[in-house]
Amino acid sequence: MMVVQMEKPKLLIDGKRVDGRALDELRPLKIQAGVLNKADGSAYVEWGNNRILAAVYGPRECVPRHDANPYRAVIHCRYLMAPFSTLDEHGRSGPNRRSIEISKVIKEVFENVVFAERFPKTAIDIFIEVLQADGGTRCAGITAAAVALADAGIPMKDLPCAVAVGKIENQVALDFGKLEDNYGDGDMPIAVAPRNNEILLLQMDGMFTKDELRKAVELALTAIPKINALQVDALKKHYAMKKEIEG
Amino acid sequence: MEILDEIKKDYVSDLIKKNKRVSERGFFEYRPCTVEKGIFDSAEGSARVKLGKTQVVAGVKIELGTPFKDRPEEGVLSTTAELLPLASPTFEPGPPDEGAIELARIVDRGIRSSNAIDLTSLFLEQDKVLMVFVDIYVLDHDGNLIDASALAAMAALLDTKLPKVEGDQLIRTERTEKLKVTQKVVTCTFSKINSSILLDPELDEEKATSARLTIATTPEHVCAIQKGGRGSFTKEELFNLVDISFEKGNELRKLLE
Repeated sequence: MMVVQMEKPKLLIDGKRVDGRALDELRPLKIQAGVLNKADGSAYVEWGNNRILAAVYGPRECVPRHDANPYRAVIHCRYLMAPFSTLDEHGRSGPNRRSIEISKVIKEVFENVVFAERFPKTAIDIFIEVLQADGGTRCAGITAAAVALADAGIPMKDLPCAVAVGKIENQVALDFGKLEDNYGDGDMPIAVAPRNNEILLLQMDGMFTKDELRKAVELALTAIPKINALQVDALKKHYAMKKEIEG
Repeated sequence: MEILDEIKKDYVSDLIKKNKRVSERGFFEYRPCTVEKGIFDSAEGSARVKLGKTQVVAGVKIELGTPFKDRPEEGVLSTTAELLPLASPTFEPGPPDEGAIELARIVDRGIRSSNAIDLTSLFLEQDKVLMVFVDIYVLDHDGNLIDASALAAMAALLDTKLPKVEGDQLIRTERTEKLKVTQKVVTCTFSKINSSILLDPELDEEKATSARLTIATTPEHVCAIQKGGRGSFTKEELFNLVDISFEKGNELRKLLE
């Protein structure tokens, strides 16, 4: 049972964070591929207390049709938080300014890696539903959506994954939880193509010196191979199972 | 329209390969830029920014209101942007699209996370605060709306004088105190074309852009970053652009004095 707090809690005690983690430690992360029946590809992610479902439909007919591109598939992305996904009051369902911005930057991540020119005039629709939010939902959403795209068999040059870094008590810390998100100083979600460490998504707010910014980016990059390995594992597991069933 | 865009894209990208830009300036050089404060009497604060042929105005209105529940001792800041249909053939009437929302949110994020507006100074009494509404109006779109809008918003806030509060009313004809502005936040927006990076892309350059990076700074800190577009950046490129943003940010800050 969590308690809603108004006063800023102490986020770092004896080098340990509120949930006992070290500054460079990820929260527990579980990824499962192929969790939905109707979707062409899907994935479920539990990351800290985040519960996030991603599904991919397509390549399929582009709706609305005037959005279609004669040279490549159009990628649509809808990131949404359920009205019951936080401890706050009942949220409004449907898109808001925050979710529209996040949907846009997530879409751009996948525009980078999907071989969209192989599917002209079609759409690839990515749906990310945040069922329970615990900080870093866009990063968890990207990590899930990448697995869902792979599960849908959509060719990609890499399997993007993401993590947020932030600052607590003037030190950079990996993978903010909800409390740190609310009371920490600054937050920087970053999505990367793990093969070459190209940065596909980068947002930041807070006050970072040049030096802190460098440290934050480097810290995020240390976590990328770990997250990527879990994505690959989830896909392997799912396909091993499928192979068994289908003989 | 689309064919013309493709041709322009090739033209710009060929120029870049020859180390040249459309308007014959350096890769990290801004277009001529002017900032004019106090252009509307009706608003509590206002400003016009011309950045090359891009033109943006910002208006600030002050209202009485209630604070957010989780921030009971702070006033409220709200930033929105309108991409007016008269500014470009590609802007359509209707509610703000993802481009307008992203634009406003980048500007807002820089101002908010640097505490450029001292929101606690807007607290009046329990459940009663001043609210600051910044409206960014894009009048003429020739590229780099983010930097022009951030400058216009900051200039309009610096120009803002608070109306007198009497009971539950604002006396708008009597403007007394200046709004407390503690920082001058500016943004520097870069554009990646092929493997080259340039500052302050004009519209034709934006069409050839694969990735965009905006870095908001105060003299000492980076206070907001936003990457856009399908392209990517390496960390080395990012660190280099942060250095350039501090240097160029100081140039922009001079325009706000």
